Amino acid sequence: MEIERRYELLINGKECKVESSWLGESLMYVLRERLGLWGTKNACEQGECGSCSVLIDGMLACSCLELAATAVGVDITTVEGLGAPDNMTDIQQSFIDEGAVQCGFCTPGLVVAVHDLLLSNPAPSGQEIKEALAGNLCRCTGYGRIEAAVVKVVQQRHE
Amino acid sequence: MSKWFSKGTNNVMPNANESISGIATSLQRPDAAEKVCGTFEYSSDLVANNMLWGGTLRSPHPSARIVEINVENARGIQGVATALTANDLPGKPNYGLLMSDQPVLADEFVRFEGEPVALVAAADPEICRRALAAIEISYELLEPLTDPERAEDSPAVFPGGNVIRRVPIERGDPEASGDVVVEGVYEVGMQDQAFLGPESGVAVPNEDGSIDLYVATQGLHQDHAQLAPCLGLPGEKVRIHLAGVGGAFGGREDFSVHAHACFLALNTRRPVKMSYLRDESFRGHLHRHPARMWYRHHARKSGKLVKVEARILLDGGAYASSSSAVAGNAARFACGPYRVPNVSVEAICVRTNNHPCGAMRGFGAVQACYGHESQMDKLAKKLGMDPLEIRFINALQTGDRLPTGQKVHVPAPVRECLEAAAAVPLPGESSDNVDGYGLPGGAGRTADRSRIRRGVGFAVGYKNLAYSEGYDDNARVRCCLKDGKLTITSAAAEIGQGFVTVARQIAHEVLGVEDIALHPANTSDIGSAGSSAASRQTYMSGKAIELACRQIAQRVCEACGENWKVNAKQLSLANGRVRSEDGRFDVKLAEACGDPIETEVFHSHRQTFGMDKATGQGDTDASWIFGAQRAVVDVDLDLGLIRVVQITTGQDVGRAINPLSVIGQIEGGISQGLGLAVMEEVLSQDGVVQNGSFTDYLVPTFADMPPVEVTLIEKPEDGAPFGAKGVGETPSLSSTPAIAAAIRAATGLELPRVPIRPEQIALA
Ligand code: FES
Ligand code: FES
Repeated sequence: MEIERRYELLINGKECKVESSWLGESLMYVLRERLGLWGTKNACEQGECGSCSVLIDGMLACSCLELAATAVGVDITTVEGLGAPDNMTDIQQSFIDEGAVQCGFCTPGLVVAVHDLLLSNPAPSGQEIKEALAGNLCRCTGYGRIEAAVVKVVQQRHE
Repeated sequence: MSKWFSKGTNNVMPNANESISGIATSLQRPDAAEKVCGTFEYSSDLVANNMLWGGTLRSPHPSARIVEINVENARGIQGVATALTANDLPGKPNYGLLMSDQPVLADEFVRFEGEPVALVAAADPEICRRALAAIEISYELLEPLTDPERAEDSPAVFPGGNVIRRVPIERGDPEASGDVVVEGVYEVGMQDQAFLGPESGVAVPNEDGSIDLYVATQGLHQDHAQLAPCLGLPGEKVRIHLAGVGGAFGGREDFSVHAHACFLALNTRRPVKMSYLRDESFRGHLHRHPARMWYRHHARKSGKLVKVEARILLDGGAYASSSSAVAGNAARFACGPYRVPNVSVEAICVRTNNHPCGAMRGFGAVQACYGHESQMDKLAKKLGMDPLEIRFINALQTGDRLPTGQKVHVPAPVRECLEAAAAVPLPGESSDNVDGYGLPGGAGRTADRSRIRRGVGFAVGYKNLAYSEGYDDNARVRCCLKDGKLTITSAAAEIGQGFVTVARQIAHEVLGVEDIALHPANTSDIGSAGSSAASRQTYMSGKAIELACRQIAQRVCEACGENWKVNAKQLSLANGRVRSEDGRFDVKLAEACGDPIETEVFHSHRQTFGMDKATGQGDTDASWIFGAQRAVVDVDLDLGLIRVVQITTGQDVGRAINPLSVIGQIEGGISQGLGLAVMEEVLSQDGVVQNGSFTDYLVPTFADMPPVEVTLIEKPEDGAPFGAKGVGETPSLSSTPAIAAAIRAATGLELPRVPIRPEQIALA
């Protein structure tokens, strides 16, 4: 339904024009299909898997549950805003080093969630890691290598 | 034997560095940087110019006759390009992996809830949804057949009857009996693969009438063989390209959007994208076969098995898919990795109006493993023996004969796997309990400590590696060395398992080259690699790469011998150079031989044969993989909640080409086995699925997974690539029975069905 509405979203520090969008579109859909920010993934589109995780004004959120049209005026960070292949964060690098990536569909959401976790809790215990990331499903890894990746980042940051 | 700990803190993984390393090093995935940054392109991330969105209308009824379909209302909606039904199909109406029985679109009958009935292509997904809702269908409802026990005596769900395959195995003396007999009936619920990447793809039609499909799949060529006839096109007019795959686990063996997207694209002459939402995913792919299994084990007082009798009933649902192979596996692996002199087994897979079932990690063997391991524990209990002891006494070894009469010709470290799982110290009582959070119930903190019981259980299982029963199993690979760079062309699907890493490691090990590219996988540039299934890609395509690279190495040496007048026999390749033994000849590979050297290898594994129709006897398998696990669980007796505290495992891998990837496969497989043990089941009511979402179908989260301690048993298999067997499936075999055994040990309950639900414990 192409209702003529235009709005701007502030994503990764840039104003992005959203055009010819049906007003019911989720933030996840707009990020992906309208703005080409495909790093935000779409595994369930009902708030259960965390693969669409983004930061909204610094708060971890499932972008599939947010209406894009109501996200005007807030600060949105997607995985693309954290690091790029030639300029990765320590979290992204650690995911690679520790074998935390298989199919990788859960990975961008987890990278965002770990980023958020370590901002609020720079030295999480094993249980705190598990609890904080329990909203991000991964079907491939059984989480062992992901936990190892987080532990390694924490160690490195405290060295 | 090598030991790996999964705790990040005491990790002994070798440090992976930038340059390519050969066998037994944990080379990083070449696609990992893109995956962690979100720039890796999955099938659901594709777009094309002038693209439409496709949608599927599915039957809400498990069994009905279609009286009338009217798509005119849908066609009239602005933004809708087309709406199609079975009447519009351009080619063969049915497809299927082993039998062409599944309609592309239902014609006269729908046979399961979720069966595709009509298609729409429209400007965006929202218009698509509205158009699908506008299609009018009148159904005449029929009584669905949903109980597999009744299938044989019920009217045929599909022409040809309701038995997809019956597989008997008869061996030894049918009259044999033992000093003790134990009997049991066990059930396994329907599990879903629940890969995260939605079924999706884009079909792009071309001016010349040909079509390109970009899709997430496990087997490009098996898709191609089914797809071209359905589109009414000759094979060369249909090209399938592997798009980024977000996990598979068997669930991408069959078509998802394939025929539908192509059909819409050919009809509209525009590219069409399709991507399922999660509820459609639960209806749009096949699941793991639910099973009902009756077992009777006979043994001597010493614990030695005398005879195993079993009847395994698998619900195949409405269409055949790979059911006949699943039934074959269930029969062949019904007795487990044990020496059993007398066997009387029957596995039977039937049709019902339930969701169709097909491949999922460890198919057939997963169900059987839960049955035979439950029986082994029962036997141990009756004999007053230790569960480990009874397994040691009967453990299969190289040289033994299987129930099919086939002799085990490869390493069979059953005992070693069990010993390794048992060797790790048991976790302390409060090992994981921080403020009670580590107790069953987790953050809910519902547990009363005095009512928590701990249990320990063991299980061991095995499965065939690669295709069996005389099914042609081969893989084609082309390697080209040019200017010191190697390009590998293979249609093997990377589905997350790490084939792209292993392929490079094998090539590097043989040729010593650093610069290795993998040509994108598709059906037009190379012949089939077979499917990424049955734990087979390293064993098959990996072997083909090894052979191709060895041929290239030989030709490099020969060319050098001629060009530089040195003895070719004394040359070897390493670190991007060709050197003679005495070191006098030492030239960069890129300069050593001028022309590109290209070779194509077609590799088949040892020939296998079918099972005798009456006795099931035959040399059916190429090889087997074995794995054992020990589970430690805490159970809340009041609430029936379970916490798996630790899993230890001994895993037969032949050789770990990439230890880090192998660990990842093992931990991932265990999490799926844990899911089947205590949480995962597709529930249906009269054939209608009740929990097709991640809200209602629970898969293990971070908080559910215990630490896993892995011991790799490395006994290289002769002829396998650097001795490597495969590792995809075995980890998911034994966690389910090991966890069930641990819960039984903690509660004293029989618990003959998985997943084990809290009420089975709390209300017992
Ligand atoms: S896609 Fe948003 S939580 Fe799953
Ligand atoms: S790596 Fe596949 S879902 Fe996590």
